[in-house]
Amino acid sequence: MQPTHRSRRILRPVRIWFVFLSLFVALLLSYIPTGQLPGVPDWVALLLAFWSVRERQVVGMGTGFVFGVLVDIGHGAAMGQHALAYVLLTYAANAVSRRVLWFAPVQQSVQILPLLLGVQLVMVVVRMLAGAEFPGWGYFLSSVSGALLWLPLHFVLLLPQFQPEERDDNRPI
Amino acid sequence: MLVADLHFRYLEVVRQTLSVVLYPVEMAAATPAEFVSNASKYFATLIKVQRENREMRRKALADAERLLRQTDLEQENKRLRGLMAMSERISVTSVAADVLYEARDVFSRKVIVDHGSQQDVTAGQVVVDELGVVGQVTRVYPIQSEVTLLTDKAQAVPVRVERTGQRGVVYGAGEGMLELRYLLANADVQPGDRLVTSGLDGLFLPGLPVARVVSVNRELQAFAQIVCEPVARVGHAAQVLILGRAQPAPERQVPPPATPKD
Repeated sequence: MQPTHRSRRILRPVRIWFVFLSLFVALLLSYIPTGQLPGVPDWVALLLAFWSVRERQVVGMGTGFVFGVLVDIGHGAAMGQHALAYVLLTYAANAVSRRVLWFAPVQQSVQILPLLLGVQLVMVVVRMLAGAEFPGWGYFLSSVSGALLWLPLHFVLLLPQFQPEERDDNRPI
Repeated sequence: MLVADLHFRYLEVVRQTLSVVLYPVEMAAATPAEFVSNASKYFATLIKVQRENREMRRKALADAERLLRQTDLEQENKRLRGLMAMSERISVTSVAADVLYEARDVFSRKVIVDHGSQQDVTAGQVVVDELGVVGQVTRVYPIQSEVTLLTDKAQAVPVRVERTGQRGVVYGAGEGMLELRYLLANADVQPGDRLVTSGLDGLFLPGLPVARVVSVNRELQAFAQIVCEPVARVGHAAQVLILGRAQPAPERQVPPPATPKD
């Protein structure tokens, strides 16, 4: 696979354990008690979006559901709130993956922003239907910061796949 | 699943078990935040500490006078109570707990404290700081518990206006304020009135200070809109006290079903 479909460079295949390790680290980051600080990105949503765009065969709605439940428990949120939103996110990310991968990482992040906003919108709607108060517009900042992190994430998470097995200047790997 | 959790609370067992498994992970995640807060505390200015010290000394002095009279009053009280054959006031168990962190759920106002079911905390207990009621324990994990703050929209506290004895229910209204609901527009409530728990629900102990009335709007239809602010440092309290009744509240008297006359 290439970094993007336009790229001429070929990546090494992804390691499954690395995908789940990165998701687990994201879960750990999301458990950091930042309280009501606005603009903290939703790490798990971001990583789920990233891997379901890049590796449609590995990360899908099932992964989204499991990690959603784990986030729900850790945050003390309503059970199924994140799970529902992440299932929809991974579905949407899988669906747009073929198109999004034709773009450069910066352009990809612009297309991911609506997906992340969608996640938050789903959660706001679900909780407000259940009678919670509106958390204020600052809540949606975390999607923006998440989208801004897309470019650095693109390089960090693909780093293991950039490593060639043995160096050969005549091979485009 | 959402409905099962929010409305019927069926999923508590799942939540409990998974939360125990996740506890070390959560603690590991909490470490950096703790480090930052510890560092900021360390660099807090000396002036602040000195000011705090001075204030505490003044407070200790003010309390000393009251303490001196306390034993005397207690004895007198006991004698009088004996004379009047009044029932003993409800005895109270209390556990001091540290607030670990604010829950990350942005849709509610909750904090996590470091005592759980292993320290005999049960759901429904009242949480206070030195000024007044902070909230109520809503969910108990084995080593932690979740306290819903007064300012949460779903939290209701039965109260009494201290000046008039008028009873009512206080709800969270968002943005750190409370609302005293369902009082008629002509109810005798003024800005500055203190609200204390009425104890009618059998969970909250009676007489704990809850809030102070800030504004009363009688222009609306049937009910007055009464905005209050909490007395306690809701949301900033670092140490809290979890109060529980030493003996369970008396069973509610259920009137026997009326036998239909034939």
